[in-house]
Amino acid sequence: MGDVLVLMEGIEKTFPGVHALSQCQFELRSGEIHALVGENGAGKSTLMKVLAGVYNKDAGRIVYKGKEVEIHNPRAAQHLGISMIHQELNLMPHLTVAQNIFIGREPRRSVPFMLDDKAINEQAQQLIAMMRLNLDPRTKVADLTVAKQQMVEIAKALSFKAEVLIMDEPTAALTNLEIDELFRIIRDLRATGVGVVHISHRLEELKQISDRVTVMRDGRYIDTVKTQEATIDLIISMMVGRTIYESTPEVPEKPSEEIVLAVKNLKRANVLRDVSFNLKKGEILGFAGLVGAGRTEVARAVFGADRVDAGEVYVQGEKVHIKSPNDAVKHGIGYLSEDRKRYGLALGLDVEENIVLAAFKKFLGKIGWVNRSKMRTTAQHFVDALTIKTPGLQQKVKNLSGGNQQKIVIGKWLAADTRILIFDEPTRGIDVGAKSEIYRLLNDLAQQGKSIIMISSELPEILRMSHRVIVMCEGRVTGEFNIADATQEKIMQHATQRGEALLVDESAPTPAQLGNA
Amino acid sequence: MEAKIAQPRSLFRSDAMQKLLAFGGLLVLFVAFSLASPYFLTPDNIGGIFLATAVNGVLALGVTFVIINGGIDLSVGTVMTFSAVMTGQFITVWQLPVLVGVLAGLATGALCGLANGVVISKMKVPPFVATLGMLYATKGLSLVVSQLHPIYFNDTPIFNQTAMGSILGLVIPALDPIKNVVLIFFGAAIVASIILTKTVLGRYTFALGSNEEATRLSGVNVDRWKTAVYTLGGLFAGLAGVMIAARLNSAQPALGAGYELDAIAAAVIGGTSLSGGEGSILGTIIGAFVISVLANGLRILSVPQEWQIVVTGTILVLAVYLDRRRKR
Repeated sequence: MGDVLVLMEGIEKTFPGVHALSQCQFELRSGEIHALVGENGAGKSTLMKVLAGVYNKDAGRIVYKGKEVEIHNPRAAQHLGISMIHQELNLMPHLTVAQNIFIGREPRRSVPFMLDDKAINEQAQQLIAMMRLNLDPRTKVADLTVAKQQMVEIAKALSFKAEVLIMDEPTAALTNLEIDELFRIIRDLRATGVGVVHISHRLEELKQISDRVTVMRDGRYIDTVKTQEATIDLIISMMVGRTIYESTPEVPEKPSEEIVLAVKNLKRANVLRDVSFNLKKGEILGFAGLVGAGRTEVARAVFGADRVDAGEVYVQGEKVHIKSPNDAVKHGIGYLSEDRKRYGLALGLDVEENIVLAAFKKFLGKIGWVNRSKMRTTAQHFVDALTIKTPGLQQKVKNLSGGNQQKIVIGKWLAADTRILIFDEPTRGIDVGAKSEIYRLLNDLAQQGKSIIMISSELPEILRMSHRVIVMCEGRVTGEFNIADATQEKIMQHATQRGEALLVDESAPTPAQLGNA
Repeated sequence: MEAKIAQPRSLFRSDAMQKLLAFGGLLVLFVAFSLASPYFLTPDNIGGIFLATAVNGVLALGVTFVIINGGIDLSVGTVMTFSAVMTGQFITVWQLPVLVGVLAGLATGALCGLANGVVISKMKVPPFVATLGMLYATKGLSLVVSQLHPIYFNDTPIFNQTAMGSILGLVIPALDPIKNVVLIFFGAAIVASIILTKTVLGRYTFALGSNEEATRLSGVNVDRWKTAVYTLGGLFAGLAGVMIAARLNSAQPALGAGYELDAIAAAVIGGTSLSGGEGSILGTIIGAFVISVLANGLRILSVPQEWQIVVTGTILVLAVYLDRRRKR
């Protein structure tokens, strides 16, 4: 490790309603690979985006190569030699590798406006050769694997003579072989004195690659340790720590043993690998795991929103074929998306209309006439039962708070007589007070005999609410616990377990690739 | 949705194949109509097809840029008309030299395009709405300026003669049916192709349509280049306006609405993706010819004009459907 390249001190950043970074610090030396870890929402990406000029800090100072600097935008960061490769790649798929690398800085010919394609390809080839890559600069980026696309981003960063390279979860969508290639390139860069920041969830991986590890939690800096001297258990304990709103987990009443939903060997190329689980009547089943572990994908598959390659679903012991959300609703399954605003609510409609939306047929008379008074009674019933705070049934949903919006989505599914409710991050974007109300509601529903799958990235929430916990990692179920046996450490261990499963199918596209198609 | 994305695209899926197939389709039409009617493959008729393609082709060139950049331009038809009317205003009403009138027509188109570009990139009005507004505005302005009457170029026969003469025919008499206005179309196409593939403007046209945010983050002045793209589209519409005025020897203020649809159809049949990032000038030229060959052939076969329109619509959807299937 060389001299200090970057020093960040006392960094503060607040977004509306969220104190994202509080007194954060970070040090990067030249020729080091520095891992930055923490749970979802710990502030890793935010801190690095401050360094890369994507966000402007509210307070604190950044010292770069011994000089205090202000970095107002990504362009300024790039000119200093700080490049960040974001989780969602920033490439133009229809352009070639070379065109992407030099976008905005194309070599020109002496004639105005004319591009020098020969020069651009040669310069790109030089960069590619420097990285010891096998890549034709004239290939269209859309035709590359995600891994290769990432290499293009790295090449682009290098073309700016980057001395600081920040990579936000670069391995999330890569296969093991591709990760090896990426690590080779990162090590090559380290050898030339570049400082690399590696944001990752995968603890085994950072043992393998990093020199130092900085841990963040809840928007705060926890500690920086030498990787060699730290065990994975130590890192996990620092990541988890004690959380602010830890209350004594109220061990919920035992559900019955009746199985209402059985999922067997659910498979979807590179997204889900043999996912099986049971859901009992009156049970809250927590699905824990890191972002991208495949939990939402399980929910969407069960709900019929995504196709699957194989797998069976049984509702109350009977095999069912759910090909669309419409089928799922008919079998009494409701899905509450983590993105309420996009998938759960019709924001421009009022409270009443939203509540009856999924059960609209119930309110149609013989000749297709809408029974308004029945609609109103039903909507009012759920507004009262769920204590939705609204000035009236005719209030537009977009004017209500996050917690009340969530309750309306719940009311919508209850009105449609669903017995199985899948909650995807039910408390995301909801303030603390409303959170406990949602928790109470979930408990009530379970006690009334509804069965609930609760996907959550917040471990305290999982531990507080669930009867049982299923842990997923990379599309597989890696652990299942009764609540009495579950601890944050255990769950985190299983959630970061990289299996050999990835080696099986190297040629199949990754989820991100499928998304691009 | 298999692992195809990971591997290099096969030949069948390549862009070159797209053009080859489109060209093949055009050839099939040609052969089919030739067999169906002895009047189809005559010099005069072929000349007529070229002539009919020229104006729509030039409009489609501009539209191709706009669509590749991820937008749409609904105003090209009426901007064309407005440019024709302004040319008439300069030459016939104000008695200015023909060349000045031609330049005025081109400038009118470019200014309308510039206005589109500014409204879209600076005022953030969606392209569909902005250019729809321009469609109405220029339609009205054409009527206002011309006072509802066609403007004839009877005092300046050189204008019509230049367009409808045939330099090719002077050299090779057999090529007399190929009028100069057709050569202007091909000249414009060559210029368009160079701009699209060899210049910074072309590169950013693709980049914007491919991923505007990434282009912005790369430090490209997105607003400026987007405005340039719409201005170029307007310039081609202006050229089309001058061409149609010269060809008809008059500026017809009521003409023009509906031309934008033919232009968009030509680009789309030629493989330009309405979601941006993909397209080529050669494809658009082929697309423009497909439309005029269809219209011409069906007319020769005495298919009523209203049915010709139905067929064009069907072909449009079919072409895009086949292209989608091929890429799957």
